[in-house]
Amino acid sequence: MEFVSAEWWNLCFRWLHVMSGIMWIGHLWYFNFTQTPTMPKIPAELRPAIPRFIMPEALWWFRWGAMSTIVFGILLAIMNGYLGQAIIIGIGTHSAHITAIGIGMWLGTIMWANVWFIIWPNQQKVLGMVEASAEQKTRSARVAGLASRTNTLLSIPMVYCMTSIHFY
Amino acid sequence: MKNPLDSLGQTVTLGFVLTLIVIGLIHVIA
Repeated sequence: MEFVSAEWWNLCFRWLHVMSGIMWIGHLWYFNFTQTPTMPKIPAELRPAIPRFIMPEALWWFRWGAMSTIVFGILLAIMNGYLGQAIIIGIGTHSAHITAIGIGMWLGTIMWANVWFIIWPNQQKVLGMVEASAEQKTRSARVAGLASRTNTLLSIPMVYCMTSIHFY
Repeated sequence: MKNPLDSLGQTVTLGFVLTLIVIGLIHVIA
């Protein structure tokens, strides 16, 4: 492999795509597997530290991790020439490889939209970054929580699609 | 009815069920 060749850029983008994905899904799983179930066990006087110090920082890496993952993912699909075929989940190509990556890309895209258009705007209200009434905050916490759980559910088949492509 | 997404265990189980559906879908389409 020649240095700074097309192949080298391909590997470089794949590396950055996977690292960004770890940053994103790592935080998603931290929220769902660690933080949310632990919240009720935290003494009341310590609980405010989570929304005040942990959440703003974690949500920054979470949402920009999601952005970086999709950007490098799209670049990879363009470089490898399968973006169009993957969008139509490989229908008519008779390639399980393209179908798997296409379904994975759609799942990832739904998750990315969930992060930027549902979770983040609602979390801003919950954390007081955007003005909201107590009633709106309660509703936003519920909506953001369900969207986060939906992404946890979708992450399982999404990671399957992304990691299975070399076996198809 | 309780929302299955309120339970982490049910969320993960549904994730694996959806994976099986996706595996089937890949075989059907390709």
